[in-house]
Amino acid sequence: MAMLEVKDLHVYYGMIHAIKGISFEVNEGEIVALIGANGAGKTTTLHTVSALLSPKKGSILFEGQDITRTPAHKIVSMGIAQVPEGRRVFSEMTVLQNLKMGAYSRADKSEIESTLEMVYRRFPRLKERRNQPAGTLSGGEQQMLAMGRALMSHPKILLLDEPSMGLSPILVNEIFDIIDSVNKAGTTVLLVEQNAKKALNIANRAYVLETGKIVKEGPAHDLMNDDSIRKAYLGEDS
Amino acid sequence: MSFLRNLINGISLGSVYAIIALGYTMVYGIAKMLNFAHGDVIMVGAYVVFVAMSNTMPAVPAVLLSIVICTGLGILIERIAYRPLRNASSPLAVLITAIGVSYLLQNLALLIFGSNPKSFASVVNVPDLKLAGGKLTITGETIVTIVASLVIVFALTAFINKTKPGQAMVAVSEDQGAAKLMGINVNGTIALTFAIGSGLAAIAGVLLCSAYPQLTPYTGSMPGIKAFVAAVFGGIGSIPGAMIGGILLGVIEIFGKAYISSQMADAIVFAVLIIVLLVKPTGILGRQIQEKV
Repeated sequence: MAMLEVKDLHVYYGMIHAIKGISFEVNEGEIVALIGANGAGKTTTLHTVSALLSPKKGSILFEGQDITRTPAHKIVSMGIAQVPEGRRVFSEMTVLQNLKMGAYSRADKSEIESTLEMVYRRFPRLKERRNQPAGTLSGGEQQMLAMGRALMSHPKILLLDEPSMGLSPILVNEIFDIIDSVNKAGTTVLLVEQNAKKALNIANRAYVLETGKIVKEGPAHDLMNDDSIRKAYLGEDS
Repeated sequence: MSFLRNLINGISLGSVYAIIALGYTMVYGIAKMLNFAHGDVIMVGAYVVFVAMSNTMPAVPAVLLSIVICTGLGILIERIAYRPLRNASSPLAVLITAIGVSYLLQNLALLIFGSNPKSFASVVNVPDLKLAGGKLTITGETIVTIVASLVIVFALTAFINKTKPGQAMVAVSEDQGAAKLMGINVNGTIALTFAIGSGLAAIAGVLLCSAYPQLTPYTGSMPGIKAFVAAVFGGIGSIPGAMIGGILLGVIEIFGKAYISSQMADAIVFAVLIIVLLVKPTGILGRQIQEKV
């Protein structure tokens, strides 16, 4: 049984039919990439899984349980955390307050402390800057904070929306290394990226989204060698 | 000596504005709406105390009852009138609804209590303070009002900075979507904000009517508008801003009355607001709102 199973999902933005019946699944331990151009519906898909948007039709199952109509604030405690596009850290709160917000759905103080230590080990920069307002961090640091904040909820699956956006190539590599190691430490990852090359490099499987529909799916390695994918998303001439 | 007396009266009146402004500013900061019915909750709070004390209830339980009823009323208004419109395509819908709720409360009070002013018995049982050989008298109401507003601001600041629901309020005020992704119940947090704001309105109503003991269905209307001005003045969304804005407004109003013209006092208040906003559009402590890309 897949950890996350999305079946025939339809989502509207007002009158716009943004997601037109997509189905995909993420198995435990995998990194699954959702790639596609701007406006293909990648962010909409993640927002629907996190219940920031509600689908018109279709269903979302998490660990076999139907969460299609579960309110957003209950999704996190079930084990689904999202690192949203554009980081969206709380800029007036300190780094530490942001991280504590990430653990909002948890009650056990000592467990939260040990998760905090784990996050600090993974992102030493955040520990150095823990008392600084998040708005004063650089883009890369904010991305790390957004990831650390999501990890504070101790998720089973991490949804990442464009983690490499606006970062320098060195930082992009760093972020992808971290995603890889978070996954190796036992967290399942659903990754949305415009940087298809990077995403396919670390993913086990991938889905290609085009104007609200999945047009291709398969093992990441196969997609990387697919001519049409290379042309459209990897910027290579065949 | 009259300068000092005016200053103290101004701070006292300003403290009431500040307590009301806190409700405006918190609701604006967190729910991004202007609750124009906020002033009328003050009036409801005062009537509750009036009725309770007319029926021989002692002052303290009467005030507590008033806080409880206004808190409930705030939650009820939010649930029935505002929440269904939260995702309306135009933010004007909820603004107009708020004005509607304001008239509804006023007219309900008119229906129940009539338009004749009730004389409100002060709930304050603190002796007046005589200073400078009896030349300067500070009334018990003044002392209680100033102390109450300071206690409220410190308690509210501690609540927001130190508790989990308080931090959830900050998160919701910054980014509702991101707050949801943290597992914060945004609707619950907004309801809590209305509850706190309305509870404070009850306290403001009692303090206001203890100092100015005329109670009518329109009692809350003008202080409500002035407190809104105070909130904008201090920087809407900011709690210390509401406090500073409220006190400045009270002092300007009393000084205007004393030294310029008592008819012109309100006009002077609004003129100062216009000047402040021309110089600093976000208010005294307001922050620049950053547009997210």
